[in-house]
Amino acid sequence: MDAKRYELNVQLAQMLKGGVIMDVTNVEQAKIAEEAGAVAVMALERVPSDIRRDGGVARMSDPAMIAEIKKAVSIPVMAKARIGHFVEAQLLEALRIDYIDESEVLTPADEECHIDKTKFSIPFVCGARNLGEALRRIAEGAAMIRTKGEAGTGNVVEAVRHMRTMNREIRQVAQMPVEEVTGFAKANGLPYELALKVKELGRLPVVNFAAGGLATPADAALMMQLGCDGVFVGSGIFKSADPAKRARAIVKATAYFNDPQKVLEASIGLGEAMPGLEISQIPPEQILAKRGW
Amino acid sequence: MSVHLVKHQPGVIGVLDLQGGVHEHLEHLERLGLPYKRVKQVSDFADLIGLIIPGGESTCLARLLTIFDLKDVILHHYHRGMKIWGTCAGAILLADKIVGDQSCLRLIDIAIERNSFGSQLDSFTTEARVPAVSDQTIPLIFIRAPKILSAGKDVKVLLQMDDYIAAAENDGILVTVFHPELTGCLAFHRYFGLKCGLDLAVENVSAGNQDWKNVSWMKLARIAS
Repeated sequence: MDAKRYELNVQLAQMLKGGVIMDVTNVEQAKIAEEAGAVAVMALERVPSDIRRDGGVARMSDPAMIAEIKKAVSIPVMAKARIGHFVEAQLLEALRIDYIDESEVLTPADEECHIDKTKFSIPFVCGARNLGEALRRIAEGAAMIRTKGEAGTGNVVEAVRHMRTMNREIRQVAQMPVEEVTGFAKANGLPYELALKVKELGRLPVVNFAAGGLATPADAALMMQLGCDGVFVGSGIFKSADPAKRARAIVKATAYFNDPQKVLEASIGLGEAMPGLEISQIPPEQILAKRGW
Repeated sequence: MSVHLVKHQPGVIGVLDLQGGVHEHLEHLERLGLPYKRVKQVSDFADLIGLIIPGGESTCLARLLTIFDLKDVILHHYHRGMKIWGTCAGAILLADKIVGDQSCLRLIDIAIERNSFGSQLDSFTTEARVPAVSDQTIPLIFIRAPKILSAGKDVKVLLQMDDYIAAAENDGILVTVFHPELTGCLAFHRYFGLKCGLDLAVENVSAGNQDWKNVSWMKLARIAS
């Protein structure tokens, strides 16, 4: 990927700012998402809560299903490749979708290496729990970052933790004298040049969305007020009682995140949210956010 | 006999702040030294002489405009004299006809096709001369861009590319399918400022280009100061 292409890929993510990216598993859901005002859809066979329930190995989705969804909507289509599975990424690029999510929601294919994303023309979004993880993915060529949260739980606590961690570390780097950056970068695994960039910009050098456990309009507005640029909602929409209504409500709340009256209006009469999972009840080996580093 | 004093009203250019490339436009207006603000609530439109509808996802923006009754507000202020510029998704919202979909604001007689080049892999940069806007070459960024397929007789074509129109205007509306806010070039923002009746010095344009970087918008979206 040349510098120009990378810039275009970062800029596509910029155009998604303030929007909601929704997980969908078929054409019908993709149309509901688009109609509700999603800025992109994530095409996958099973939403994270089902992946969590089913166990086993979760892989890239059936390309035929992704292609059908791509045909059905005009908004950008994203799809997930396993961490380190660069051939799944090659297939998704050959499918000519718009964005690849190298995702911990799928079972990692490589526990040492993430995909060398600089080898691709297609953009990548990657998950991160802290500043170091975000900057390592950017160093590998990611054009967009999302907090990992804990997907498929309907519990926003991990997304909040990851966003707060990232923000705290950004503030630290921004405020420390430059000679302290080397040590901080070493201790926290930050690529040094990118750490300097964060210091200069006072934020991540690419767009950062929140993901992992968002289930309500208030969850989306919370993450926006914490400073993310937009949100991913996975299981939260199509595992709820009235997906179309909830999808529209989350779009409204994301756009007007700092207007409690409008978030309130969006929150009324939505029916049941998806069932939530307490993080401490999840066996440690089933925590998705720990996948990748 | 009465003396009429012509009061200079600077007016403000608003950027519709619902979704999309909002900061990028604000940063360009700031660089030009134009009065600007984010526009989100009905009351925000009152003092606008111009409105920019940014790039983003047109289906999302159209839905939000409808839900929050902003469509009629925009039309009302347009009829009051507020000029409107739509970039990419914004151009789609302003078009009379959208291929395969219902139109939204219908303020310029063009037919436009969404996402007309293909996927993100087909996004590209190029450059062109747009004589009406600048005597210098202007860099153009197309991101999952629409194509304007045709324009009515009261529409002035500003930039014709191979088989499509990339920029056009009528008295009150400017549309570009590319993203001037994603380059350092201020020519289109200056042009829109002039269209809104603002007094702009030419030297502003070139002076503004030098220290622009693709991350310049981020100063408006910082986590840490």
